[in-house]
Amino acid sequence: MTTTEGNGALLSLRGVKKHFGPVQALSDVTLDIPAGQVTALAGDNGAGKSVTIKTIAGLWSPDGGEILWDGKPVHLSGPRAAEALGIKTIYQDLALCDNLDIVQNMFLGHEHLAHRLLDEDSMETKARETLKELRVTTVRSIRQPVASLSGGQRQSVAVAKAVMANAKLVIMDEPTAALGVSQTRMVLELIKRLAAGGVAVMLVSHNLNDVFEVADRIAVMYLGRLVVQGPVSEFTPQTAVEYMTTGTAKHAVQAA
Amino acid sequence: MTTEQTEATPDEGPAPALSETELAAMAPEVLANSLSEYLLALWRRVKGGESGMLPIILGLVAIVVFFQIERSSFLTNGNLVNLFEEAAIYVVLGAAETFVLLLSEIDLSIGYGAGVGAFVIAEMIAPPINFPWWLGILIGVAVVGFLGLIQGTLVTRLGLPSFIVTLGGQLAFLGVMELIANADPTAVGGSIQISPSSPVYKLVLDNMSPALGWIVLAVCLVLFAGLRLNRSRSRRARGLHAEPLGVTLLTIAMVTVAGVLFVYVCNNNRSPLAVVRGVPWVIPFVLVIILAYSWLLSRTRTGRYIYAVGNNPEAARRAGIKVDRIIIFAFVMAGVTAALAGLIYESTQSSMATDIDGGQLVLFAVAAAVIGGTALFGGRGRMVNALLGGLIIAVVYDGLALMGVAVAVENIATAIVLIAAVALDAVVRRRSSTR
Ligand SMILES: Nc1ncnc2c1ncn2[C@@H]1O[C@H](COP(=O)(O)OP(=O)(O)O)[C@@H](O)[C@H]1O
Ligand SMILES: [Mg+2]
Repeated sequence: MTTTEGNGALLSLRGVKKHFGPVQALSDVTLDIPAGQVTALAGDNGAGKSVTIKTIAGLWSPDGGEILWDGKPVHLSGPRAAEALGIKTIYQDLALCDNLDIVQNMFLGHEHLAHRLLDEDSMETKARETLKELRVTTVRSIRQPVASLSGGQRQSVAVAKAVMANAKLVIMDEPTAALGVSQTRMVLELIKRLAAGGVAVMLVSHNLNDVFEVADRIAVMYLGRLVVQGPVSEFTPQTAVEYMTTGTAKHAVQAA
Repeated sequence: MTTEQTEATPDEGPAPALSETELAAMAPEVLANSLSEYLLALWRRVKGGESGMLPIILGLVAIVVFFQIERSSFLTNGNLVNLFEEAAIYVVLGAAETFVLLLSEIDLSIGYGAGVGAFVIAEMIAPPINFPWWLGILIGVAVVGFLGLIQGTLVTRLGLPSFIVTLGGQLAFLGVMELIANADPTAVGGSIQISPSSPVYKLVLDNMSPALGWIVLAVCLVLFAGLRLNRSRSRRARGLHAEPLGVTLLTIAMVTVAGVLFVYVCNNNRSPLAVVRGVPWVIPFVLVIILAYSWLLSRTRTGRYIYAVGNNPEAARRAGIKVDRIIIFAFVMAGVTAALAGLIYESTQSSMATDIDGGQLVLFAVAAAVIGGTALFGGRGRMVNALLGGLIIAVVYDGLALMGVAVAVENIATAIVLIAAVALDAVVRRRSSTR
């Protein structure tokens, strides 16, 4: 079940390799990410998850292999090129400005202008619509500074920012790592809605509870290789852990 | 945003109650639907350490009351106008420093930047060059703006600390100023006179006619009220949350009272010998600078990016903002504004000489910005902070001078105000962050 069902995937990696000096960070990554689904990328520390998402985000260019976007090979020369395709990466630090309010953060770098001046009203209207679509309702006012938000709300703002930039693929690195139970729930709900809206979501997570709750597909990395990927129904928490820790599973539920 | 939501979706409960900290972090107009709610929200903010300008204004009032009790001549119109004129240069220098402080940089060169600007302007409009006054000012502004460009480029391209680059700038600009003075044979003893017929001279030393003062005030008030009301109306029309009408009207009323009082004070005769009355030109000059800069910071993309870079340069970079360009821009604006401060300086002196103390002026610049509430670590501060801070410095010096205190003690007192303002800010901040 490692390959080939991904024809029609929005993004596909085919045998992607990446080394840093003598360190072979990625030795063979073949991965499909379909639109409208949540694909969880799991793996132990050092397995190569971060290098994989940075490659997709255009921060590293691969040494070998192919990246296909809508089935066509693409060269991601940098973060701008990835963003232009509709790939939006939300790193753990979220990249928000605490002193700016929600609207200002959501539009940072893409401000609406009217007569060359900031068009606050138009931005506020659009931001409100987006948050409403995502049903982010716990913030009291979209004019409050991001500094006053909880971890989950900050995560929501980062996601809304991606949605508003018309992202087709949203990559999230450990979005729930720093969150408590209810905040985690809120973010997972948001991720589901995001995928339900047709966006491809790639979720990097250590937390198997989260993975099994939210993912449609699971992909596991082990020592720089993508060892298995498939629908969540083909995994149990036990097999997933086995893949993560040994790279194979003796009791795989079912081969595709 | 639930305040504006009309329909409720099944799985969404009411918005959870907010903690005191969250409430304190919000601008009062965000939460309030009426004047009383607004005042309540404002009070929460003050308690929560997100107080904005209120404590600074209260501090200013307290200092004024103290001096008035000590010396009844403090609140005479002659002394008040004198005080506003003194404040002008501190305010403009504070505004110059605000641009760089917002990026958590510092510019130690603006005192002598003002000196260079003033010298260039004086040379351009005096014989033998005799350029028109506006061209002279333009050239002076361009020269110091260019010096700012060099400093900003060194800071960004070579990654040098601005503290060091501008400390070097301070010394270098002193040298530039002396070179200009030495090169000009008409600058006797390093000093050039400003002709009393020149607008450069009249900026501080001449006044609007009383009638013109009232007319300008009336036009400004009508514009202010119109813009404010129109903004609320258009936000309501678009279904956005607008500040309560009561708040708008109260603001307009307060600004009107302040404006009328101000022009009234300036228009009364303030000299026992001859008739001296009217608003000194330098006051609208300073207010226009502060207004234009506030507008730049709050209404333009560049202004928004200054705040973003000041708070989180990495986030700004990822948002596609050219961080280096923003930093260079700030140093250019600091230079440009320093030249305008130099203009005020030479107008006050009616001449320009190399004995200008640029080292002390830059201390006033930082003090004005910081006393007014601008942070040293970037991302927080506004141009009005420089206005209030500059005013406080002028009040302290003026009041102590009236009390016959020695200059040495005046300096110590200003230092205490500076430390107190920063300490108060730090204490309130610590209290609000440990909750
Ligand atoms: N910039 C880099 N330079 C050198 N080695 C790197 C770099 N980034 C990652 N690596 C190495 O690549 C491997 C995979 O790392 P990473 O993708 O961060 O793992 P994780 O799955 O925990 O995110 C690790 O051995 C790591 O040390
Ligand atoms: Mg990682």
